Amino acid sequence: MATGERYVGGGVLRKEDLTLLTGQGRFVESITLPGLLHLAVVRSPYGAARIRGIELEAARAAAGVVAAFTGADLAEEWAAPLPMAWPVTEDIRIPEHWPVTQDVARYQGDAVAVVVARTRSAALDAAELVEVEYEELPAVTDVEAALADGAPKVHASLEDNSCYTWTLANGDVEAAFAKADVVVTQRYTQPRLIPNAMEPRAVVVQPLPAAGDFTMWSTTQIPHIAKVLFALTLGIPESKLRVIAPDVGGGFGSKLNIYAEEALCLALARRLGRPVKWVAGRSEGYVATTHGRDQIQHVELAATSDGKILGYRFKLLANMGAYLQLITPGTPLLGGFLFCGSYGGEAYHFECTGVFTNTTPTDAYRGAGRPEATYAIERAMDALAREVGVDPVEIRRRNFLPKGEMVPSPGGLAFDTTDFEMNLDRALERLDYEGLRAEQRARRERGDGKLLGVGFSTYVEMCGIAPSQALGSLNYGAGGWDAAMVRMLPTGKAEVVTGSSPHGQGHVTSWSQIAADALGVAFEDVTVLHGDTHVAPLGMNTYGSRSLAVGGVAVSLACGRVVDKAKTLAGHLLEVSPDDLEFERGTFSVKGVPDRKKTIQELAFAAWTAHSLPEGAEPGLEASCVYDPPNFTFPFGTHVCVVEIDPETGAVEIVRYLAVDDCGNVINPQIVDGQVHGGVAQGIAAALWEEAVYAPDGTLETSSMLNYLVPSAAELPSFELDRTVTPSNTNPLGVKGIGEAGTIAAAPAVINAVIDALSPLGITDIPMPATPERVWRAIRDAEGGAA
Amino acid sequence: MARISVTVNGVAHDTDVDPRTLLVHFIREQVGLTGTNVGCDTSSCGACTVLMDGQSVKACTVLAVQADGHEVTTVEGLAKNGEWHPVQQAFHEHHGLQCGFCTPGMMMAAVGFLEENPAPSEAEVRLALEGNLCRCTGYHNIVVSVLAAAETMRAAGGRARAGG
Repeated sequence: MATGERYVGGGVLRKEDLTLLTGQGRFVESITLPGLLHLAVVRSPYGAARIRGIELEAARAAAGVVAAFTGADLAEEWAAPLPMAWPVTEDIRIPEHWPVTQDVARYQGDAVAVVVARTRSAALDAAELVEVEYEELPAVTDVEAALADGAPKVHASLEDNSCYTWTLANGDVEAAFAKADVVVTQRYTQPRLIPNAMEPRAVVVQPLPAAGDFTMWSTTQIPHIAKVLFALTLGIPESKLRVIAPDVGGGFGSKLNIYAEEALCLALARRLGRPVKWVAGRSEGYVATTHGRDQIQHVELAATSDGKILGYRFKLLANMGAYLQLITPGTPLLGGFLFCGSYGGEAYHFECTGVFTNTTPTDAYRGAGRPEATYAIERAMDALAREVGVDPVEIRRRNFLPKGEMVPSPGGLAFDTTDFEMNLDRALERLDYEGLRAEQRARRERGDGKLLGVGFSTYVEMCGIAPSQALGSLNYGAGGWDAAMVRMLPTGKAEVVTGSSPHGQGHVTSWSQIAADALGVAFEDVTVLHGDTHVAPLGMNTYGSRSLAVGGVAVSLACGRVVDKAKTLAGHLLEVSPDDLEFERGTFSVKGVPDRKKTIQELAFAAWTAHSLPEGAEPGLEASCVYDPPNFTFPFGTHVCVVEIDPETGAVEIVRYLAVDDCGNVINPQIVDGQVHGGVAQGIAAALWEEAVYAPDGTLETSSMLNYLVPSAAELPSFELDRTVTPSNTNPLGVKGIGEAGTIAAAPAVINAVIDALSPLGITDIPMPATPERVWRAIRDAEGGAA
Repeated sequence: MARISVTVNGVAHDTDVDPRTLLVHFIREQVGLTGTNVGCDTSSCGACTVLMDGQSVKACTVLAVQADGHEVTTVEGLAKNGEWHPVQQAFHEHHGLQCGFCTPGMMMAAVGFLEENPAPSEAEVRLALEGNLCRCTGYHNIVVSVLAAAETMRAAGGRARAGG
């Protein structure tokens, strides 16, 4: 890192807060334009239905309505179907996915018609007047049912409901299982989750008909990717489309997509020649915004009698939903390399089958594949510990991969830097593990009412996506680089243009810290521009905990190039060789003659006036960097959950939650801690409360915030955090990424704690979410069985 | 149309509204203050929380006509004379926000609560904020922020009264 660090590592408060705390946040819903029209979408109430007819006349005649269209009316607007960018196998089945369906509605929420009106309320009122004649069809929502013989087909054009089967094999797994003393076999389920970013999705498109230009403001995590893909979907020249992601109110993967409503606003703005806006109602978003998870996992571990793992075998069924959104098929595979977690072994076999059902499409949700993988292996480790009769901590120690660099994992990855045991030890020091176990034994002997349980999750995850070449080998449809431009303005201020597009992560602050230290300027003197494809033309955006490890590194490297250029200019102006200059805190001085110096601000002005430049130098003091990392990064850590369960009610109370994460070097400790807090909260919520439930006919029963429990402050505990620092060797900042680690780690720690508490009753499984009812029933059944 | 007179952040608004207009839409679209966000359609999330006569209300659950004759304070009215309210300052210092979408409502709920209970426990803060959802922070730093603001406000002898 740069010498003379003043800001990296802490001590600054977020720049983003100034507007967000005063009501001056610029969210898409607040954008209004002269002549603005509002879009409302008519959606199928059925999980599966043939559309027999659509009557739009009443809607068209309603007050304020400008136009109404069916899918057929809009068919000519599309140059291509909505894109899916990750065809994971050669023989994957990719059903056509149009913004408005024409023949069949394949999930509750599938768009069947649209209304455009002068006000939002007029559009919503008129949408109610659209009469659609449906013929309800048999639906299927469960992955196992969808693969059964005779299951209703989601897409009549396909042979069955399977989408693809992807496999990964390393070593001789049959041999590993053949020589094993112990085989642990488990079946786990990953409930379907609804991401619930607090800002509902919204989009505004402003056309400039005479020029053929379009500006789209969208609640998106991926303005740059969106620009490319909407140009292709709409047949708009890419140069005519500007995408702006202003303040975005959380995403968690649910805004990492190419959505029908964005395409519709573009198409309708083009067709009508007026700006068009759509804002999702929260409950509308429950069916129209991608869901996450929804897998069935078959897990087998082959081990020696003392619990040393020899081989791993995993078989997944992953629910795709009714269509493939941007990275639907690849999302479960992001965990496909990590089902062996932080542990060793000789052989690994992973197979995942994607399955179509009559449900909202799934796609990335915080962690995207890695929470599922971590859950499977961390729960299976506890099962193995029980099987061979050792403590959950001991089973982990016996199987940890060694401390090191580029450590090969049975899943085929090379972990950048590892030190799992050191991290676990730090957690145990803070925990007083022996004391907790003694308390547990004492309570059990006394027959105390509340059941005490301790659960561990010693996770490793994979982020910093990624070397473009590696993504290419997985058939991923984009690169893994990111871009930065850094310029010193004539008045001595610094401007950083980043291709990362934040939505709560505090990039403006962290990037300012990096640039301020690298350039030797004040934190306050750095401005960070982002989220507008006209301002930051290059970017690969924010997802997969990649921003700092890729986009942040690009900023750092671009700053280094600015400093190099400034150094040459300083040497020229001071009439010394640049090699004779020292650079510290923004000042170049001649070695041994500290009075002979130029500040970077002086050099910025000199570069702008360009009155005297070195031979061949161009005016201006700026540099760019497009950084493509050589490897992923692999954050790791130990999460420990301590629960008390009331056997009378089944209620699980988290009495301690300790997270000791290692994300390499830390730019802003406060932001890192915040990411862990929020991530852990979502993992706990998945473990204990959240589950999207479909009725067999395809009706989403958890259809709003009233019946899908997004936890409040009253449900969640405070968290204890600590960290260890094992710098990554992937990038020069030594950073790894922390956006998803909490969510990846938390759910198995919680469920392992619940099982630990209930284990004296012989209970070895509670499916997520471990609701009071589920826990109470398990206790009742166990006690009944014992009686 | 119905004639209403509502004072928002100290400014009187005498205007006609469609009787079905929600207070939050009145604030956003007619008064033009867009700091108050709409996060749901079931009165679950609290993003739209404002103060009405000093008490926190979800502005999606109040009709504009019900605010007739009342004083409404939104996030834009929290700072006084260019100085942030202690709750704003505490959210800033303790990283009580990330994306910032829930934050205006969260802060207004906290301000209303601290008026009722100037010396809350952590558990009381958590219970008081259960009507306000945040998806970014896991609430940890929100709770820290509210407790810190309470301390600041107590130290200041209640000078920083909302809407006062």
